[in-house]
Amino acid sequence: MSELPFNSASYYHYLSEHKLMGCRNRTSGKFYLPPRPICTTSYSNDMDWEQVSGKGEIIAFTVITVAPTHMIEAGYSRDNPYCAAIVRLQEGPAISAQILGIDLSMPEEAIKIGTPVQATFIERGEGPAKRTYLAFEVV
Amino acid sequence: MAVKKLKRGVALVGAGMTSFGTFPGLNTRDLFVQAFQEMRASVDKGFDPKDIEALVIGNYSSTMFEGQNFMGPYVADAVGLTPIPASRVECACASSGLALRQAIMTIGSGLADVVLVGGLEKESDLPIARVTDVLATASDSVYENPAGFTFPGLYALLATAYMHRYGATPETFMKIAIKNHENGVLNPKAQFGARIADIMASKQKSAAKRGKPVPQWDSELDFLKDDQANPAIAWPMRLFDCSPVSDGAVALLLVAEEIASSFTDKPLHIIGYGQGSDVPTYERESLTSIKAARVAAEQAYATAGVKPQDIKVCEVHDCFTIAELIAIEDLGFFKPGEGHKAIAEGLTSRLGPRPINSSGGLKSKGHPVGATGAGQVVEVFKQMRGEAGPRQVPGDLNLGLTHNLGGSGMAAIVHIFERRQ
Repeated sequence: MSELPFNSASYYHYLSEHKLMGCRNRTSGKFYLPPRPICTTSYSNDMDWEQVSGKGEIIAFTVITVAPTHMIEAGYSRDNPYCAAIVRLQEGPAISAQILGIDLSMPEEAIKIGTPVQATFIERGEGPAKRTYLAFEVV
Repeated sequence: MAVKKLKRGVALVGAGMTSFGTFPGLNTRDLFVQAFQEMRASVDKGFDPKDIEALVIGNYSSTMFEGQNFMGPYVADAVGLTPIPASRVECACASSGLALRQAIMTIGSGLADVVLVGGLEKESDLPIARVTDVLATASDSVYENPAGFTFPGLYALLATAYMHRYGATPETFMKIAIKNHENGVLNPKAQFGARIADIMASKQKSAAKRGKPVPQWDSELDFLKDDQANPAIAWPMRLFDCSPVSDGAVALLLVAEEIASSFTDKPLHIIGYGQGSDVPTYERESLTSIKAARVAAEQAYATAGVKPQDIKVCEVHDCFTIAELIAIEDLGFFKPGEGHKAIAEGLTSRLGPRPINSSGGLKSKGHPVGATGAGQVVEVFKQMRGEAGPRQVPGDLNLGLTHNLGGSGMAAIVHIFERRQ
């Protein structure tokens, strides 16, 4: 099988297969998630795909009550807010994602920085508009 | 590394702005004409607009807000300046901070002696949900937006990281809002020139008028902690932590230092200038500081040859209250983690030892994104020349600073101004 290019389209393609994938540069050893076509340290494009464990911890978060259009379409609103966060993966990089499975009525009680989480995948949309989104669940 | 500086000095000799607010029926060109006329009137010895050799405007997205791209020549035409070079620069909320910087470089390089700087934005023609979507095109559409982030959400990330690391509470942010509203009361150009207490009183009055139960609050803080009165937008950022949707325009006149005295006896010399960039929030090493702002501030202090403690008056980019807290640390006024204590002690109030945002800031004055950076300069111009009226910061204000952020802090532009007599 020919290797997918190291870019966002491939990242989302892997997400649709429920795989969270980054890439490692053979020259510098640096690991990138999201993937990049070149290493921004060595400027070499000698990359390998690597799947991560999906384990990580919340390093910053928010509970969004005034949602953008695409999240309103997904069913979120003032009465049904959602948690969005940055998760630091065990493998090093951090990524933005929604956090599932927490009671959001008292954010300061329910969510703590340092909370361990595990990657999961959300499917939204129908037919050609169907897309997979990265999310995390509290473990 | 040696400090790289302009080849010749640049001075600010005129500054004008519209009120910030919502102006149905006026487009950005109409607003800019108003700002231009006020700028003309501010030039003490007068000048002929035909002497302007270049125009640089900052405009975030007339493209999406008004369906008008390519604003440079349209704005030049509106004030009768064609056929001079007319450029539009875009740097999200730092667009007119960048326009100022490009104008400084145009003069500093010797390509022109007299340059007009504009900042303009017309947001209020769109419904609020569309405005939010247009603003969100400045956050990362590939990795941040799919996670559901909004701009309040991105700054809320910085807020939760700061609270966790340094022990600040949402009350810290509320105190910033109270302070900026107090300053804005004294600014006739402010969009929300009312104290939080005035807003409480008007809510009570309107409830009574409608025969509804009259809400009671013990204090401004009590009001800001009320989920009904001050709902969360992106926790811990509530409604009163967010700058508003605004329209507005600003005009500044820059000239080569050697000809400044033919425009005014009170020019402000632009002695410090810095610009930085950074990665999206998820890639940052730290979420309790904005690296682009630290880099821009370091350059600005180095080019000016001054230190943070020398600055007398300062406008910072409080698009959200947390941004003001981080700004006063990034600018070196307070150590990392100490800013929230300074706010609690009232040190940043207009009459305190470190006055921040005497204009009311973006929070109270308004935030027409492409006009904001130049708007900050108008306040520093008035304050340093002793023309700020009832909100005049006391003392000999010989050094002023502006701090303008773009997006979630992926861009920052800092300028330092000096009055020599």
